[in-house]
Amino acid sequence: MADSAVAGRVRTATPRPFERPAIGGVLAVLEYCARVYRRNWRGTLFMTFISPILFLGAMGFGLGSFVDAAAPGAATGIPGVAYAAFLAPGLLAATCMQTGGFEATYPVMGRIVWDKVYHAMLATPITVRDIVAGQIAWFAVRLALVAGAYCVVILAFGLAPGGPMALLTIPVGILTGLCFSTWIAAFSATQKTDNGFAVIFRFGLTPLFLFSGTFFPVERLPAFLQPVAFLTPTYHGVTLTRELSLGIAEPGSSLVHLAFLVVVIAMGCWASLVTFRRALVN
Amino acid sequence: MPDPGSSEPSLIHARGLTKKFGDLVAVDSVDFDVAPGEAFGFLGPNGAGKTSTMRMIGCVSPVTSGTLRVLGLDPVTDGPSIRARIGVVPQSDTLDMELRVRENLIIYGRYFDLSHREAGRRADDLLKFVQLDERAQDRVEPLSGGMKRRLTIARSLINEPDLLLLDEPTTGLDPQARHLLWDKLYRLKQQGVTLVLTTHYMDEAEQLCDRLVVMDKARIVAEGSPRQLIERYSTREVLELRFPPGVQETLDGLFEGLAERIERLPDRVLLYTTDGEAASLEAHRRGLQPESALVRRSTLEDVFLRLTGRSLIE
Repeated sequence: MADSAVAGRVRTATPRPFERPAIGGVLAVLEYCARVYRRNWRGTLFMTFISPILFLGAMGFGLGSFVDAAAPGAATGIPGVAYAAFLAPGLLAATCMQTGGFEATYPVMGRIVWDKVYHAMLATPITVRDIVAGQIAWFAVRLALVAGAYCVVILAFGLAPGGPMALLTIPVGILTGLCFSTWIAAFSATQKTDNGFAVIFRFGLTPLFLFSGTFFPVERLPAFLQPVAFLTPTYHGVTLTRELSLGIAEPGSSLVHLAFLVVVIAMGCWASLVTFRRALVN
Repeated sequence: MPDPGSSEPSLIHARGLTKKFGDLVAVDSVDFDVAPGEAFGFLGPNGAGKTSTMRMIGCVSPVTSGTLRVLGLDPVTDGPSIRARIGVVPQSDTLDMELRVRENLIIYGRYFDLSHREAGRRADDLLKFVQLDERAQDRVEPLSGGMKRRLTIARSLINEPDLLLLDEPTTGLDPQARHLLWDKLYRLKQQGVTLVLTTHYMDEAEQLCDRLVVMDKARIVAEGSPRQLIERYSTREVLELRFPPGVQETLDGLFEGLAERIERLPDRVLLYTTDGEAASLEAHRRGLQPESALVRRSTLEDVFLRLTGRSLIE
């Protein structure tokens, strides 16, 4: 053939095996998410940084002054603890749940159905496993920002009698959020439209936000609802962050809460891998 | 003509390659070889199985059955190594609308494990190559269709691939944008990049492809260079006769013997012959009064019509 006869210039070498550390592909996907966030972080400012202050101001201090009217801690069952100090760590965990859930809806479905960003990645050495791991790693980064912002507010307002232990609320907040990110990402990968997301928010995240012990102890729920609350990651996340922040955490129960969150996340990662693979490889 | 039995290894080697989606057979046991340095085309109408074949070559779609080797490797076990050496221009652009033009290239380079510095250097070179360097910091969304396509091609080159897969590279573009793209692809071919493309434009296939296969209904129905295919399946010239509406249907029998082969399309009659002028004169002698009579050379469109009984673009 005339053109391939331009000898030597034709690239014919058998390719070397493509090798890089297993984490390399994950980091590249994480970098992609970070680059997108750098373009649109302003839209998340309110939810991440302003709303903690508003919520704490209105509910913690405003409503708290009514709750604490008799004696601090009388209403919540933790004597001597102001309602604001009771509420703040709970809000941290519950907000992580909301952010973690939201980040796994439109961004994930959009990258599969609308922009086909993941498909573009798969034309490179990136694998489905890299995509799932990188995306979940990004959820963790976003959650760290949210939990970190809350933690700063908690410490600044002197709401953490537990002292430096309160910093542990950040990793627990991340875990609480990831319980929802992983499972909702797995769900989003099965969706062709955004119709399902409203259902998740209305009948999933909003009730969990309100009734999982964030604003009042689950012991105040009707008896038949209490076992349901114990089965939600939100309850375990809220309880553990609160105990850490107040300095009343005990190793045994803390490990149970932690184990619950970790198991839910592990199963969510596996579910994401299954549904992402189904959506992207065919 | 590359010979599969020759010592030079095929860049792509397929035998009995099959893709099924449930009961639907998208690609039905096709055989082909692509030699290093050539421009190889899959020509066929929508739904012929071209994209499914390309996605298997690109190691993003698992082979249902048959043998496939790309760059001498097996997509099942060496997917990432193969993909590291190929560039892919998918049928619809998968550019990232949330990132800027140059950033689209840089992050893509990162997927290939390039350093930031190297990805940046290549991005600048490639943006010049596709004449988008002045748009480097712009958003992707407002770019024209042709610019987006050029950006997608630039992105596919960030890993300096040995093999470039182009799925309908110019569909939906205006003629000027198409010619600009063809020029870029021709330059790549001259640089030694092997091109594999699908198209349903015969002029694109004729312009770009050294060799092509015609696909129809999941199978390969013919294979050769554009000229070989035209010689084998068509005549040197074609006489196209157009009649006023309703007239053609009344002319049964009057075309007999005018040409080696006659195709009657809804809007015109095609007479395949070595001498179009002579056929035209003979038609007039028989009293046929077409609205217009055009003598032209045979194209791949005629080849396709002959092979499948249908036009490429309906």
